[in-house]
Order: sequence, then structure tokens, then C-alpha cells
Amino acid sequence: MQADPQPASRMQWLFGAIALPAGWRLGAGPIVAALVLVVIVASALLAPLIVPHDPMTMDAVQRLKGPSEMYPLGTDAYGRDVLSRVVTGGRISLLIGIGAAVVSVLIGLLIGLVSGFFRTADAIIMRIMDSLMAIPSILLAIALVALNGPSIWSVMAAITIPEIPRVVRLVRSVVLSAREEPYVEAAIALGSSMPKILWQHLMPNTLAPLTVQGTYICASAILTEAILSFLGAGVSTEIPTWGNIMAEGRVYFQLKPSLIFWPGLMLSLCILSINLLGDTARDVLDPRLKKREA
Amino acid sequence: MLGYILRRILAVIPVMIIVAVFVFLLLRLTPGDPAAIIAGDMATPAQLERIRTSLGLSEPLHIQFVTWVGLLLQGDLGTSLISNTPVTTMIGQRIWPTINIAVMTILLSVAIAVPMGVLAAWRHRTWADYAVMSFSVLGFSIPVFVIGYIFIQVFSIELRWLPVQGYAAPSDDFGRFLARAILPCLTLATIYVALIARMTRASMLEVLGEDYIRTARAKGVAERIVLFRHALRNAAVPIMTIIGTGFALLIGGVVVTESVFNIPGIGRLTVDAILARDYPVIQAMILLTSGLYVFINLLIDLSYTLFDPRIRY
Repeated sequence: MQADPQPASRMQWLFGAIALPAGWRLGAGPIVAALVLVVIVASALLAPLIVPHDPMTMDAVQRLKGPSEMYPLGTDAYGRDVLSRVVTGGRISLLIGIGAAVVSVLIGLLIGLVSGFFRTADAIIMRIMDSLMAIPSILLAIALVALNGPSIWSVMAAITIPEIPRVVRLVRSVVLSAREEPYVEAAIALGSSMPKILWQHLMPNTLAPLTVQGTYICASAILTEAILSFLGAGVSTEIPTWGNIMAEGRVYFQLKPSLIFWPGLMLSLCILSINLLGDTARDVLDPRLKKREA
Repeated sequence: MLGYILRRILAVIPVMIIVAVFVFLLLRLTPGDPAAIIAGDMATPAQLERIRTSLGLSEPLHIQFVTWVGLLLQGDLGTSLISNTPVTTMIGQRIWPTINIAVMTILLSVAIAVPMGVLAAWRHRTWADYAVMSFSVLGFSIPVFVIGYIFIQVFSIELRWLPVQGYAAPSDDFGRFLARAILPCLTLATIYVALIARMTRASMLEVLGEDYIRTARAKGVAERIVLFRHALRNAAVPIMTIIGTGFALLIGGVVVTESVFNIPGIGRLTVDAILARDYPVIQAMILLTSGLYVFINLLIDLSYTLFDPRIRY
């Protein structure tokens, strides 16, 4: 039933670190993903220095032009350089992705620690979290943006809030099992203060799963930003983000599909890389999985 | 057993109450005058006043809530601020396209994803496994609308096999419906298939390592029966769970897909309502979809007893 190991190990090399424990070799997948991500993040950070044109300057003569030496990816409906816009667009998209991941992990961590440790608080907190999870996150996010205005901060908040319950559940489940450990009982018996037990003894257990969860949240936040912009409930259209560029390209889709495909490709490459790194992190950090795969 | 079912059903009530409170507060706790937010910058004082009375905004908060819930329990979801029609009527007119597409998507996804996941687990660490896993990672990484536009570009514009956009009711002309529903369904299914295939694979991998699988094989049970009767049935619970929780993803996808393919369903209704700040419609849609999500997950939880006779509460 088990296949010939030779071609399999070659595929493994390509697709990632499934067999990491023995010798800690990383496959090409995660390495390529990390490189792609470094390039995307670096080009976004350095965008104002490296883009060939100003991403906001309109030029009525150059509307919807195909690729040329001057405009490698062509121009959009306002004659703006698509390459410059796509590279610059990464700035806000990545900022929102990373911001949403960090904030939802921090808030979820605090709530989850409390919920996992105090039984009385737990019942109430988990009902609230269940309810939040029952509301489809895209609907909640568009409603929040529609009510709070299209600023970067309100979009970030709208993406962050629906992610919090998932973090809370994860942290709570880790705390629930760690709480029974002898060292925690010992700390309680020694009279350590509650915040100290929570932070010094329980919190470190959550770091590994939270790292993994954080990367997934970052990826899904970038996707959600794009979807919000696409639906017209994203960051104000004056600011180029991957989502906004695609949303604008929508009108000219039949005429010039590349207006959607270039930012779409950039965004998908970015999310794909983040997801691959997340999978790798999970395989490395989750000892249960290591045992099963070994 | 009966006790479990009752307790599980009763557990839905606090969740729905909190959802209702949340939806209610969403507008009221937003900084600024809610009526002004809904009406936009161009509103006249008369318009503001009309919105305030129609939403009962001048009453104290708790009285507003009681009135609202009272009407809700009578099935009154309010009246649209834009078209002045009752929200229930609007939803009734728009819900069928969505239901048709969503049901077709779920059936299609399960039919594709479960065999994919079983194959990946069965042929663990072969090209088939890596192909399924690559598809699954890819499915999570491309925005739904980009997938939709790629399908339109390839199948409708380049190959001219299918119409670009639009919708036809299946009761009028099933062929027309199918031609217009295939691409939206495939678009929606991509992420759902990715999700279910991944979970099926993980769950099957765990089960295939069990002793009773080795025993079944040793006594010469046909591999097909080992996989689908012995293994898949035991791996079913996490798969069913992910189908249920993935439903939230599907709703998000419906909203986007209906916009891409110009389908007059409740997803489009919601987006239009949100962009027009038609608050009663937004409230109703969030309540309705959350209720559906809770209900579907309740059904799935209860169905475990059918799939897994070991589960007796």
C-alpha cells in the first residue's frame, strides 16, 4: 500500500518540510515561499524609491495601454502605471494583514487566558465567542466598514474582530490542558499571583500554536481586504491596495483583464507563501503531527 | 440521548440572543448619529427625522430593543429604508437563486472533495497526495472573485462555452439555469473543496493507521470497502464538522460570487443594502445568515449519532 519511497522523497523536497524531524532539512517549498515573501515585503517597503512612475499620477493620453518599455504591465483606466500601483498597493495590504494578525492574536490571547483559567468567566465569554463566530465574517466586516467609514483603521478593525473568537478558542483549549499540569498546581500552591501564573506559566504554551494561527490570520486578512475593496466596502479608493486596484479593474474586465490578474497574481503569491510558511511552522511546532508523520 | 438532543437545541437560544443583541448594538454603538450615518452627507433634516422614527431611534435603548425583538418574533424584520418594502418580502424575492446555487455548490463540493481527500490519504506521499494538497493550498490563496474572473475569461470569453453572467430560474428553463449556474458553483466550490479535501485527508490518514484497518485488509476485504466503509465512516465526524463550519465561508463566497456573476440573490441584496446603508436589510441579513449557520451546525452535531454509533450522549 505504501508507495515507493524514492519519488515520494523527491516530491517532499519540492513541497515542503513534511519529514522535517530527521535532520531538520527544509524542503524547497518553504524556502521559495520565504524568498517570494521577502521580495514582496521588501518591494512594498521600498516602493516609493523603486517604482518607475508615481502610482497616483493620471495621464489621460496613456489610458488602458498595453505593456510597453515605459509601462511594463501597461496602464489603467486613468493612465496610471499598473506595475507601480501593484508594488505600492502591497504596502497597505500587507500592513492590514500583519496588523490584523498581531492585534487579533494579542486580544484573543488575553481573552483566551482568562476564559481558560476562570470557569465562571469561561461560560459567558465562550457564549459571546460562539455568537461572534456565527456571524459570517465577511458580512460583519462590510457592515462595520459601512458604519465606521472607509479608513485603513476601520478596515483593519473590521477584519480583526471576526478573527478574535478563533484565537480565543485556540488559547482556551491550550490553557485548559496546561492548567492540569503539576507545575501550574505547584505555582498555585506556592501562592503565585494570578497574573503571574497566567503570563509566566500558561502563556508560553500558547506561543507555538499562536504563531501558526497568526500566519493564517495574516493570509486571510489580506484576502478579506481584497474582498472588501472589491465589494466597495474597503479602504478609500484613493489609496492603492491590491483589493482597490482589482476593484477598479472590474469595470474594464472584458477590455483589459490584466488589470485584475496582475494584482491578483501578486496577492495570491503572497498569500500562498504565507500559507506555506504557516504549514511549515505547524509541522515543525506541532509535536503530535511529527509523531504521526514519522 | 434525548437529553443530549434537548440540551444541544437549547444551547442555540443564548447564542442567537447574543447575536441579536450584537446586531442591534452594531448601529446604535457606532460613534455619531446613526440616522446621519444611514442617510449620508446629503440628508435633509426631514429625511433624518423619517429614519429616526422608522427605526425608533428616539426611544431609550432598552425600549428600542424590546420593540425590535417583539416584532422580530412575529416575523417582522422591518421595512427597507430605500424601497419601503418589507424586508421579508425582499428576501423572499431574492432567496431562491442563492439557495439553488448554494445547494448545488455544497453537493458538488462534497462529491469532489471527499474522494479527493480519500485518494490523497490512500496514496499518502505520492504525486496524487501532493496534487491534492497543492490544489488545497492554492484554493485558499486566490480571492474568490479572481477565480470567478479567470473562469469567465477562460470558459465564457475565450472558449465561448458558457454565458458570461446572469441567472435563469431552474423552473423556467433548466438548461439555461445550468449554463449560468455552473461557473458560479465552480467558483464557490473551489475554496470549499480545498477545505473539505484537506480535512478528509487528515482525518483519513489518522484512521488508516488504526489496527482494525490492518485487520480488515489482512482478512482480504476489498480495498474499496476498506476505504469507504471501514475508514471513511470512522473519519466522518471531523469532515462533517468542517462542512458545517465552512458554511460561514460559503456565505461570504456567495456575497462575492453573486456580484461577479450578476446573480439576483440575497448576497447581492446584502451588498447593495450595505452600500446604500439600508440598515433594516443589513440587520435582517446578518440575523438570517447567522441563524442558518447555527441551525446547520446544530443539525450536523445531531447527525453525528447517525454516523458514529459510538457517540451516545
